[in-house]
Amino acid sequence: MSGTENYVSIEVARGTEKQTAATVRLSVEQASYAYHSRGNTAPVFTLAATTFSARQREIVTILGPNASGKSTLLKLIAGALEPLSGRVELEGFETSRLDARTRAQRIAMVHQESQLLFPARAWEYVLQGRHPYGRMLRFETEEDVNIAENAMAQVGAKHLRDRWMHEISGGEKQRVILARALAQQPLLLLLDEPTLHLDIGAQVDLLERLRQLAAENRYTVVVVTHELSLAAEFADQVVLMHKGKCLRVGTPAEVYRRDLLEQVFEAPLDVDLGPEGRPRVHIRGAKPPG
Amino acid sequence: MRTLTLNRLLWICGALLAVLFVVVVLALKVGAVPISMTDLAWNLVRVIVGRDTQLSSEYGLIIFGLRLPRIVLGIFVGAALSVSGAGFQALLRNPLADPYVLGVSSGGSFGAILALIFLPYMPLVTPLAAFVAATATVAMVFFLGRRQGQLDNTTLLLAGVITNSFFSAVIIFLMTTLKGGEDRGMLYWLMGDLSTPLAASVRWMFGLGLIIGIGAIYTTAADLNLITMGEREAMHLGVDVTRVKLVVYVSASLLTGLAVSVSGAIGFVGLLVPHAMRLLFGSDYRVLIPTSAIGGAIAVVVADTLARKVVAPTELPVGAVLAIFGAPFFLYLLRRRLA
Repeated sequence: MSGTENYVSIEVARGTEKQTAATVRLSVEQASYAYHSRGNTAPVFTLAATTFSARQREIVTILGPNASGKSTLLKLIAGALEPLSGRVELEGFETSRLDARTRAQRIAMVHQESQLLFPARAWEYVLQGRHPYGRMLRFETEEDVNIAENAMAQVGAKHLRDRWMHEISGGEKQRVILARALAQQPLLLLLDEPTLHLDIGAQVDLLERLRQLAAENRYTVVVVTHELSLAAEFADQVVLMHKGKCLRVGTPAEVYRRDLLEQVFEAPLDVDLGPEGRPRVHIRGAKPPG
Repeated sequence: MRTLTLNRLLWICGALLAVLFVVVVLALKVGAVPISMTDLAWNLVRVIVGRDTQLSSEYGLIIFGLRLPRIVLGIFVGAALSVSGAGFQALLRNPLADPYVLGVSSGGSFGAILALIFLPYMPLVTPLAAFVAATATVAMVFFLGRRQGQLDNTTLLLAGVITNSFFSAVIIFLMTTLKGGEDRGMLYWLMGDLSTPLAASVRWMFGLGLIIGIGAIYTTAADLNLITMGEREAMHLGVDVTRVKLVVYVSASLLTGLAVSVSGAIGFVGLLVPHAMRLLFGSDYRVLIPTSAIGGAIAVVVADTLARKVVAPTELPVGAVLAIFGAPFFLYLLRRRLA
């Protein structure tokens, strides 16, 4: 069975599962969380009840400054944390209750890169995305190899296949990491500050790819970022976070209000409307052209 | 891209086993009493076809009474220590981890000596005590090696080195003051030595422990590949990180405990062999575990043959030979990897 056939059959099976849920894929309902430093003491950080939902092919941006609760929310969505109250459901299943393997087949997480203990080639790295589908020793099948090859082609990393991970640039590395997530064939693609160490060209390239992937592969994409302008340009929905609270959920145009952004980011900002109704943010003082 | 197949794995292991066979034959030949290749070949054939009654008694004693048991011991110890090293490297996320460097070997030796002093007539207790002490030492080094709740590579190695000196000092103290049921020398425990053959009564236990330890680590091989690329990522790729680490922790401690209880604290095998195997066959733990086992056996048998031959008719502790050759070879491998 070829990789593409397999992919289609999975999509068909999932599609028939719940026709009504085809509209809403990810639903976060009143999900909250609290970190305790030790046993019974007062929590050191709390995430207040947060609600939003996302469909397939949709890009959601969780936006906020540092320590606003973005990463906690992402962990709740990923099922790595169990919400204190409320629910996080992916196609009707609570993400934190899925077993680790099933979860990895449905949710892919892209972190900022970790230090590799031993050198690895890009293709070895991407093939790791097939791990949730394998058995004990997980000798890779031809199908796994095809899926990994396709994933690398989709992110424009085919030429990096035989390169060492420690020898390629930050932007190239980010593409390989993304390819590994694609090799998981997930429904939900989560990215934690993916643009952090990238130059502006690589940032735009990555986000354009994400938009394309969301459309082609019918992913629901959730991106955590503090980059105001990139979120405005690429998100279908923005979840604005501030000090552990979700302040507003909506399209960029709905969320990007000057007073709101100034309060959250604690900087003098100007917002105006660009083409296609997408807002643009400027630091006040630096006047917009024209 | 060349993915791993069962076929490729078997070919690699087959080739290494062939090398091991050659090494064993040479080790049987080399020693204080020279034995010609033709004599050795003829007599081995006689044994294989079951006509061993034709062997001369002197020959039989040297080959089958002295050299072969020692070689078998070397194979067991080498396999145990290098798989244990490969396991600790992934577990502690530190490429320089090794049971000796981490102080686990001397911790295990300490346990074995205590057992020998206080329960001298119970041979099975010695490896058990070494296992328990090794497990406790890993836990201790692990907690000493943390800074602000995070495992820190340098702190971990320092904690290991200090633990090693501490237990070495305690061993020296015990050996000088209480000479209970223990008649092997201090050097045996501190440097490692294969001159005491495995007692027949513990042979089965050692073999079984070796198979269980290596087998258990091998079941986690695919997961370890992901863990070496980041624990957080491994978790999101469906690996039960806590379970895998527990399995590797207990198994690697078991292997170290078994090895030190019969050969003392032999160093550098667990560091050297897995790295050599990585350079030869890549970092994939599915290949690394079996190749490290065979490679460790080869390394220890070769080192012990040198230990017997170089200063014949006396001999060196095998740990000294491994340390002399181990450190520069490791540096060479490191340089070549960086080039």
